[in-house]
Amino acid sequence: MFSLRHWSLHLLTMVCALALLVPRLHAGQPVVIRYWEKWTGFEADAMREIVDDFNSSQSRIFVEYSSVSQIDRRLTLAIAGGVPPDVAGIWAYNIPVYSENNALMPLRSPANEAGIREEDYLPIIWKLCSHREQLWALPSTPGNTALIYNKKLFREAGLDPERPPRSIAELEEFNQKIFKRSANGRIERIGHLPEEPGWWNTLWVQSYPDRFGAENLLGLRDGFGNFASPQNPFFTGRVAMVMQGVWIYNYIQNYAPADFEWGVAPFPTNDREKLGDISVVECDVLVIPTGAKHPREAFEFITYVNSQKPMEKLCLGQRKFSPLRACSDEFFQKHPNPHIRTFLDLAKSPGAIAFPRVAVWNAINADMRNAVNLIWTGKASADAALHAVQERQQKALTRSEARWERVKEPLQKSWNSQ
Amino acid sequence: MNPSERRNLRNGLLFILPWVIGFVTFCVYPVLKSFYLSLCDYSILSPAVFTGWQNYVELAGDEVFWTAVSNTLFFAVFAIPLGLLLSLALAVLLNANVRGRGVFRTIFFLPSLVPMVCLAVLWQWMLNGDVGLVNDALRIPLNAINSLLGSDLRPPNWLSDARYAKWGLIFTMLWGVGNSVVIFLAGLQDVPVHLYESAEMDGANFRQKLWHITLPTISPVIHFNLIMGLIGCFQVFAVPYVMTGGGEGPGRSLLFLATYLYQNAFEFWNMGYACAIGFVMFLIILTLTLLANKLSERHVFYAGK
Repeated sequence: MFSLRHWSLHLLTMVCALALLVPRLHAGQPVVIRYWEKWTGFEADAMREIVDDFNSSQSRIFVEYSSVSQIDRRLTLAIAGGVPPDVAGIWAYNIPVYSENNALMPLRSPANEAGIREEDYLPIIWKLCSHREQLWALPSTPGNTALIYNKKLFREAGLDPERPPRSIAELEEFNQKIFKRSANGRIERIGHLPEEPGWWNTLWVQSYPDRFGAENLLGLRDGFGNFASPQNPFFTGRVAMVMQGVWIYNYIQNYAPADFEWGVAPFPTNDREKLGDISVVECDVLVIPTGAKHPREAFEFITYVNSQKPMEKLCLGQRKFSPLRACSDEFFQKHPNPHIRTFLDLAKSPGAIAFPRVAVWNAINADMRNAVNLIWTGKASADAALHAVQERQQKALTRSEARWERVKEPLQKSWNSQ
Repeated sequence: MNPSERRNLRNGLLFILPWVIGFVTFCVYPVLKSFYLSLCDYSILSPAVFTGWQNYVELAGDEVFWTAVSNTLFFAVFAIPLGLLLSLALAVLLNANVRGRGVFRTIFFLPSLVPMVCLAVLWQWMLNGDVGLVNDALRIPLNAINSLLGSDLRPPNWLSDARYAKWGLIFTMLWGVGNSVVIFLAGLQDVPVHLYESAEMDGANFRQKLWHITLPTISPVIHFNLIMGLIGCFQVFAVPYVMTGGGEGPGRSLLFLATYLYQNAFEFWNMGYACAIGFVMFLIILTLTLLANKLSERHVFYAGK
């Protein structure tokens, strides 16, 4: 029989052996980093390919990729709970609120170390990834807006399908020519509807209720199907010109009739000479949340995605243009979207703009949506509705700035030291 | 307290301890913490900063908050009585001794089993101004009137016109009265038959029996459904949120207190402000429930009293 002392000795030896062995076992294992992304469907598949390429290109880091819905809300709770993923794919307009709340890791230093430079990117993209003189993200895939129009409806209205409108006045002139009313008085077709699909709350709408009748417009919009469906009014020919983005190609492929003919042009402006080709640019970005367990490895993965070849593969898979300045001819040759160069030119244009870089952007957007609705239905004049938004949101912005002033000094100090 | 009573008390406390721990951890602590947070500037991501009553002062001057309060009150004022009347009427009908009663009861209960999101999507299409079934049905009489009078009456754009959006939502919610119907039915089946028999011997008709026997006897059930309806109306969120595509409806006509709370907490990063909205909601529900209880003293009859 073994004595108790004998057993204790054995146990101690085993514990010591395990303690020595575990780090060795661990040392042979790759570091697993968790990556949350918002995409589903073919966009998620395109990124999965990049993740697989990265995982097989080396053995030190393994990226665990998960598609997460409502990512901004889940990420907020995960960061607050201290269990964030190592990499997260969010929208660039989220950066101000996350960074001002110390929820992201600053990337300027690691980017410098990795030789990533502002000059490598389209100017607007770098701007979208930065906030308060710090770099917070690197891009995954960008998107921007343009005028997308139905060539067939142009022809039917006696317009030249290769000559899209260039000014707002021309757009409204074309609108009037394409406009059609059915025998029962309902609007059958409209050239352009600023409220379609209701994503841009910054377009002019004041004249619409007077010209077409508020009730008629409401009835017209009520009959529209979902954006991602064959009943999308642009695909069914009920609206001939829309402000849409580079992503429209995928929806046309999936939902529009086979003989759908479409053109892309810069969205008309009042003063093209002065304003240039206006295009709203947004970008899906990769960030490292505060509290990430493996920030160094996470940044290595982000750097890989941002190198030319993987980036072109990702953007090709998602049918978008590359956010990098350097882009191979092969990329354009292989790209299925025939208008991809137009979108890229618009993103490069001096008129390429971003949503305001403020932490209260969501609240401003909600107020603008309501203001546009009031103007649209003839319940308020544009002046009154916008004045109300200005007054309310100025207060929110002041509050948000006060919040920033309270924390900025220690935060900036800590960011600069990282 | 003798030793046996002390032992019983100790054992009793030990038995309820798991529940007490759960209650304190998951109910009392969050309530107290959220009250503290309602006095702070708190974005979830950064530490909360105490700001005193500032959130409540801002709420008092926030016109969107008052829009949400008025929308919620409008919804409660119309949806609760309509829901109670409809469910009571259905329960009385389903309590009648007719053939196939079980089938009818099932049919009326079934809609309340439909999940909220499905209900919202379904009624989004039913109430569609252009191709909705409700408007298709309304067009028949309206067209007849138009051809007779030469008028131009049209069915409304229910969910895209601020004037009708709340009514559209009220109709949608009425579709799910099955739960209250079941509770009313249980109450109706509990009314002593001898009361009806003696009333019949005295020559009482249906209306008199309903007014003098049925309603007083089931008044506790009506009271219960009223309180539950009140709480439900102040918490209405999922259906309007889905129906408006995560928004506020035309002209903020479908912005309710719970939606505004959610927006502030998770879309605008103002959790402190959202907590303050939650406490104001709590106070409103508490006041109305106390008021309903006060009124019930005169109109609710308990058989055991």
